[in-house]
Amino acid sequence: MDRNHLQHQVTCMRKSLFDQGYLDEQFIQLEELQDDANPNFVQEIVTLFYTDSARLIQNIEQALNSSPIDFSKLDDYMHQFKGSSSSIGAKKVTDECKVFREYCRAENAEGCIRTFQQVKQEYAILRRKLEVYFQMVRQADVAHTA
Amino acid sequence: MVLGKGASSSLSRKMVDGVENMVSNCNDFTVLVVDDDPVIRKLHDMHLKKFGLRAQVVENGKKAVDLCHFGTIFNLILMDKEMPIMDGVEATKELRAMGVNSLIVGVTSRDSQYETQTFMEAGLDFCFEKPLTADKISFILQELNKKN
Repeated sequence: MDRNHLQHQVTCMRKSLFDQGYLDEQFIQLEELQDDANPNFVQEIVTLFYTDSARLIQNIEQALNSSPIDFSKLDDYMHQFKGSSSSIGAKKVTDECKVFREYCRAENAEGCIRTFQQVKQEYAILRRKLEVYFQMVRQADVAHTA
Repeated sequence: MVLGKGASSSLSRKMVDGVENMVSNCNDFTVLVVDDDPVIRKLHDMHLKKFGLRAQVVENGKKAVDLCHFGTIFNLILMDKEMPIMDGVEATKELRAMGVNSLIVGVTSRDSQYETQTFMEAGLDFCFEKPLTADKISFILQELNKKN
């Protein structure tokens, strides 16, 4: 596959991530920080997000499974997850986190459990899309330098 | 949104255009990033590097207070509000009580706006929504240059 075609695919996929609301302008901030001295900054920070998210998702699941539910602790965990999501521009994930926090403040366990499934779903979808996107970016980079 | 003692409510293009001059003056400034979120720590560290600044990073307010207590001096402290062990409000109060006169800039999440005033009253110079952007850091460095 020639490099122009690969680059075109990368551009189209990137555009679709924004058009479909998976990413917002904060992701552009990450891209603007990437340079020749830090060529993998975006992927590094997204990978860091995955690692931290795994920890927070586990904490939230444990908190939801405890009886009685400590809504204050649950809100703290989700606040952290929302913060991280927002920092990489993960718009749909962040939006679901906000909905979760509303249920948390209302101490609505059922709402929290239901919304957490949405949070995890949006996180999984974004993660898959970004993995495909970064793989295409790497292929385009290899083709560019060949 | 910016809150601060005497802060302008808008970031003018003039401030951003003055960045290059600021960078040449900034290399000696010491910065401390205090945040429990590793993504934010890395993000803010990279933003600061772009302005020629090297930052120390810690994950809670107690570590920030301990560093200053044992004599480390920072020109600028970026302080998250909600952290375990010691939050940003408590850490800022302790730092000011110790006589630390660094520029302390608070960073909060959007839905904590109602608590921002409490954070400011703890002794912040400015408070921004997180994450910081190049424009916000540019503004902070302008203020840091004035202070120093």
